[in-house]
Amino acid sequence: MKKREFWARLRRNRMAMTGLTLVAGLFVISIFAPFLAPYDPNSIDLKQVLVPPSADHLLGTDTLGRDVLSRIIYGSRVSLKVGFVAVGLATLIGLVVGSLAGYYGSWVDQLFMRLVDLMLCFPTLFLILAVIAVLGPSIWNIMVVIGLTSWMGVARLVRAEFLSLRERDFVAAARALGATDARLILRHLLPNALAPVMVSATLGVAGAILTESALSFLGLGVQPPTPSWGNILTAGKDNIEIAWWLSFFPGLAILVTVMSYNLLGEGIREAIDPRLSE
Amino acid sequence: MLVYLLKRMALMVPMLLGITLVSFMVIHLAPGTPVEMQTTMNPKASLEAQKRLKELYGLDKPLQVQYWDWLKRLARLDFGRSFSPDGRPVWDKIKERIGITLGLNLLSLLIILAVAIPLGVLAAVRPHSWFDKGTTLFVFFGFAMPTFWLALLLMLLFGVYLDWLPISGLTSLNFSHFTFWQKVQDLGAHVTLPVLVAAFTGLAAWSRYMRGSMLEVIRQDYITTARAKGLPERTVIFKHALRNALLPVITLLGMSVPGLIGGSIIFETIFAIPGMGQLFYGAVMARDYPLVMGELVIGAVLTLMGNMLADVSYALVDPRIRTG
Repeated sequence: MKKREFWARLRRNRMAMTGLTLVAGLFVISIFAPFLAPYDPNSIDLKQVLVPPSADHLLGTDTLGRDVLSRIIYGSRVSLKVGFVAVGLATLIGLVVGSLAGYYGSWVDQLFMRLVDLMLCFPTLFLILAVIAVLGPSIWNIMVVIGLTSWMGVARLVRAEFLSLRERDFVAAARALGATDARLILRHLLPNALAPVMVSATLGVAGAILTESALSFLGLGVQPPTPSWGNILTAGKDNIEIAWWLSFFPGLAILVTVMSYNLLGEGIREAIDPRLSE
Repeated sequence: MLVYLLKRMALMVPMLLGITLVSFMVIHLAPGTPVEMQTTMNPKASLEAQKRLKELYGLDKPLQVQYWDWLKRLARLDFGRSFSPDGRPVWDKIKERIGITLGLNLLSLLIILAVAIPLGVLAAVRPHSWFDKGTTLFVFFGFAMPTFWLALLLMLLFGVYLDWLPISGLTSLNFSHFTFWQKVQDLGAHVTLPVLVAAFTGLAAWSRYMRGSMLEVIRQDYITTARAKGLPERTVIFKHALRNALLPVITLLGMSVPGLIGGSIIFETIFAIPGMGQLFYGAVMARDYPLVMGELVIGAVLTLMGNMLADVSYALVDPRIRTG
């Protein structure tokens, strides 16, 4: 019953539906990249270096003559991959920490919350860059590092849900029937605590995509020749006076992608509990 | 009040220890020791020199001993020497740049407050109006906008095409020849784009927070009472609602600090501003581990202090926190 209400409310929210459509569209683009991209993203053509947008190359070419449109289309794969794996990891850690802290309370809770506070003291980008400096830039490393630095919000959310759910009757009933802690947490409490986690995960993908593109832009994320929206922008910065298209289009791709996940996430938030919006 | 302060300060000690521990662990994640770049990887270094360097950095001792030694040196503000060719003490290198970064971030924070608070208040006072919807759209853009893209776009517009503003550095080449007022103008022109970029994302977050906070406050009973008393709307909003709405926003101040310090990496690097962020980026690229560690610790400590400040000001402003 709650599910049908949720979907009905979501459908009525126009912005959320726009977000959902765009997110779905991006999925399609990244899966069907080989069919959609006009050129091979890695094919170098030194006779067509830094060509402005034209009929042949709709978004221009880069410093090695590679087609920018194709590179942007393939770049979506990197962004989505990083977004999902990083958020998956962060959500997993956050669920574990938050549920244990919220369920057991007392010193377990204190310990975990101090840990959260500690992690929040570090400027995230500093920490991520420091780890990348030590481990070296690679798509796998950045996925893990982004995940390891963004679980704190989820943990707090889950903990809050657990704290309030713990006192409910169904928990007391399950306990009276002899349910173990593990069963209570996994079968009863977690499923009910998932709603805000969905919101945070969706918004988290947006954040992860932003972070990955920032890292790639700085040269510490996905390394060329693998196309990533961030590393195309690096070339944009280096050639800013002669090739505006290298700066404009990849950034636009990031903006649209992140916005669509944000819209979807906000839409889910409002659909879950319409009391939250005035 | 004093008890609250003392309790907060006592909490800082384990936090500081935790910060140093995490920073230490991060650097020692590497499979090779941090000094191998200068030793085993360096064909010019003899076996003698490698052994000496290892002893100098204490790398032959177990990790706990290394950590304890490092901690003792930190207490004396000795962050070691940078690996870069100039080999200067890390603390000196950081010290000369803290001012610039903090200054720029403070400036952008002021701009954020000056713009976001009125924006949020006005949006809350006219919910669902064109203004409100426009602000919401702007907020969405702000959250989705990659700061480095915004920087590039602004550079393109104001620097390359319109040529109104300089796009790199803090000062022009002939700065020393300028009069005082010319210096002020030059500095201002150079700082404009970086500060705008730094402030942009913060603007989105703050406007939204402010609007939310105002809306919650306006719903309260005491606002209805004030209106029922016949007070002019202006007094109701600015004297009663706003003050209460600002309270939770102060906690956001504490939470913004790590974002501002971290974000400075991007805009300082793009605009070639000689601040902490640019130093950190250079250190990371050069694998200058002492400098990276030092900046990590200092960045975290600054954040800790910022949070403390926010908590204390919140306690000062809201008497319920002190007594409760």
